[in-house]
Amino acid sequence: MSSFDQTLDVKGAKCPMPLVKSRKAMGDLAVGQVLQVVATDRGSIADFQGWAKTAKNVEIISQETVEDGGVNLYVHYLRRTA
Amino acid sequence: MMIDTPEMGTEALLARIAELEQRVSSLEETPAQSIEDRVSMVVFSGELDKAIAAFIIATGAASMGLEVNMFFTFWGIGAVRKREKVFAGKNLLEKGFTAMLPSGTGQLGLSQMNFLGAGAQLIRKIMKDRDISSVEELFEMSRELGVRMVVCDMSRELMGIADSELIDGLETGGVATFMADAARSKVTLFI
Repeated sequence: MSSFDQTLDVKGAKCPMPLVKSRKAMGDLAVGQVLQVVATDRGSIADFQGWAKTAKNVEIISQETVEDGGVNLYVHYLRRTA
Repeated sequence: MMIDTPEMGTEALLARIAELEQRVSSLEETPAQSIEDRVSMVVFSGELDKAIAAFIIATGAASMGLEVNMFFTFWGIGAVRKREKVFAGKNLLEKGFTAMLPSGTGQLGLSQMNFLGAGAQLIRKIMKDRDISSVEELFEMSRELGVRMVVCDMSRELMGIADSELIDGLETGGVATFMADAARSKVTLFI
């Protein structure tokens, strides 16, 4: 588990909402700060990779899958770089 | 026989430089030189499933930091109409169009398995049960994210749709409006 400055719970949110909400949350972060996003949407793993590849101000620090009571949680750590 | 003197060589070189400078400046003026992180969409279809696809792409792309513009034309205009239909001031043909065509996303059917609208209602129910954003929510989000929405004025007029029937705050334009955006886009889609 990486350290982070803000956390965002998007459990239950489906495509494209994890991305839309994360982008909004990222806007509230200072440059260099890290956002933790907790999602249940399996597609968010590839989506966040695509986002980081495309956007000039986001980088992925790590992504992990955590099992929580039989439900897979996809946890992303994203840094605002610009 | 001509022999190249040093003077002539310099002259030829200068001419060559001038020619190259001209070519560079003309290249700089072509649209390919000003490609942006932009997505351009033509929304041509007037069906719920295609409208959902268009607005998911719009919200997703805008969230990723891309500029997005959507050009609504032909059947696609149905998605950006208000619910209330206007019959006043229209001729018989226009009134017929108005009666037949969907006004707003609430009246859009599915492109397949619509079954006179039952399919569309079923999809809406499934999406709601699974907490998937509705097309109306996606539309609102697209606007909040600053997606540029342009309605084709020619097809609006052709289909007898009054300006007052369009959702407030949309732009109107034509093919050049779209192409000006599309020519500097990395992604262009026709939906």
